[in-house]
Amino acid sequence: MRSDRSELGLNAEAPAVQATGVVNRFGAQIVHDGLDLTVNRGEIFGIVGGSGSGKSVLLNTILGLRRPQAGEVRIFGIDLNALNTAQLRIAKQLYGVTFQAGALFSSLTVLQNIQLPMLEHLKLSARALEELAMLKLKLVGLPVEAAHKYPAQLSGGMIKRAALARALALDPPLLMLDEPTSGLDPISAAAFDELLVGLQRELALTVIMITHDLDSIFRTCNRVGVIVERRLVADELAKIVDHPHPWVQAYFHGDRARRFGAIHGT
Amino acid sequence: MFYRATLREGSLQLTLEGDWLAGELGQIEASLYDLTLSSCSTIEIGTAPDLRLELSGAWLLYDFIERWRTQGISISYPQGVPPTLQLVTETLSANRSDFIEPEKNFRPVTAIGRNVVDQGRAVRAGLAFVGELLSRFTRGLFSPRHWRPTSIVRHVYDTGITAVPIVSLIAFLISVIIAYMGAQQLRQFGADIFVVDLVTVGVLRELGVLLTAIIVAGRSGSAFAAEIGAMKLNQEIDALDATGVQPIEVLILPRLIGLIIALPLLTVIADVVGVLGGALLCHLLLDMPLVQYFQRAEESIAAWTFWVGIIKAPVFAVLIAMAGTYRGLQVRGSSRELGRLTTVAVVQAIFLVILADALFAVLFMEIGI
Repeated sequence: MRSDRSELGLNAEAPAVQATGVVNRFGAQIVHDGLDLTVNRGEIFGIVGGSGSGKSVLLNTILGLRRPQAGEVRIFGIDLNALNTAQLRIAKQLYGVTFQAGALFSSLTVLQNIQLPMLEHLKLSARALEELAMLKLKLVGLPVEAAHKYPAQLSGGMIKRAALARALALDPPLLMLDEPTSGLDPISAAAFDELLVGLQRELALTVIMITHDLDSIFRTCNRVGVIVERRLVADELAKIVDHPHPWVQAYFHGDRARRFGAIHGT
Repeated sequence: MFYRATLREGSLQLTLEGDWLAGELGQIEASLYDLTLSSCSTIEIGTAPDLRLELSGAWLLYDFIERWRTQGISISYPQGVPPTLQLVTETLSANRSDFIEPEKNFRPVTAIGRNVVDQGRAVRAGLAFVGELLSRFTRGLFSPRHWRPTSIVRHVYDTGITAVPIVSLIAFLISVIIAYMGAQQLRQFGADIFVVDLVTVGVLRELGVLLTAIIVAGRSGSAFAAEIGAMKLNQEIDALDATGVQPIEVLILPRLIGLIIALPLLTVIADVVGVLGGALLCHLLLDMPLVQYFQRAEESIAAWTFWVGIIKAPVFAVLIAMAGTYRGLQVRGSSRELGRLTTVAVVQAIFLVILADALFAVLFMEIGI
């Protein structure tokens, strides 16, 4: 794989993700208009924004699932849209993704879900395949009994964890999570955040996380980007809360946020 | 390539280097097997600055370290334990060999018993469905408020009108085949004229309605099962139920009634096209004047011939609609279930149609029409 990856022209210095001048349109509706984004290596970057502000569209653009009308996106210095099919196959091993509803393959067990990317991309012995998948399963804190369950038999929190395990299947340096704690109770959400921060530290991952959850942002993120008026305003967490834009103010300092502050004493 | 090894006084110094990545596992494993450990009692594991030890590589290392330990070799880390190896060790050491095998042992008696119970339950559930449908249907019959004309019309369109081209084409082709095969045989007796009987009676009594029903079972039976199954997976059925709307009333009955209306109409079209197709072929192949064809047709068709065919259509419609919607409602859990039950719906609908047709044939013979 080393030789494969070197073919892509990975840049050791480049930021994990760099988007410049991204424009996304659906017919007459403009979602992003000259959006810039830089995610540095080794940080947890939160993306927030109102419903319909184009967070998931941005994620799909970064993933290379959607080609923007203008602008470019580079992951570790490479432009996914400029690669051929064979290169793209290798490049997509650079990131792991979890989708909002988990998107586990419903006809496969949890273990098979984790093994699927490995089977597609790696040549492993049956034992290595089994044990590595079990390692990933335990790493995300799932009980071993969950290995042979089907997604329909799992709770919401377990689905999120199983999706994370599948995203980690190929040891990617970059993780992208779409609302990883939505639909979880606050305690499960906190446990998930703790797990994420731990994994990020131990495995030196770069994480991009779309979320609505203020608690989650304060627990995990180093930097936060807010999508306002079709662009992204990004800064360190301590500074972004003072950004003058009304939506940002309402988000971090509205009634809801004040209540949060009163409880947490910040 | 992945490590440097130097042996000194019974102690092996293993300096890890390079890319220990998931994609290289096979090569790393092979090169680790190359180590000769016969004369050493300790292994000192160190790391080179260019080492990239990712999780999969760390797992392989952990696996070998466990093996070396059982061989009585002690392991030490002068530079400290690499963090990813530490993580793997912490994750796995708590319970190493607790891999749970999925239940595989096959017990024949248990399997038979389970099958019998499952089949019994399936029959009961099927009967419950028919019963509920019937009671809703009769209740709905007397309260026009619960009729859903828009929905019914949509299903008449989807299952009936859009099926007209394919049903006509198949009816035409079938009558051509019958006429052609019949003419070849009957010509030997000079009984060409009986081709007309063969085509008209065959199409009107049996083939028109049967083939139409089979096509509709394939088209609409599968559509019913897939539509309702996808709604079930998406919790839309639960949402309806929770809104106080009966899924049977809004989803099943309109489909059932729509098909009861559509299938007889389609059958009439198939009958007409079939008879005309026969006429065309007789004219072209047997040089039979069209007038003669229709005169002969009038003589051969008894008062009941048309009705014997058409009377079966609503019954077939009920069977197709019930098989499709019932299987759709049974979908739960996974997309594979959706595919499986859609298949079951179509196969069962076709089977039920043919079975019912056979029963009708016996019935009509007994009452002599």
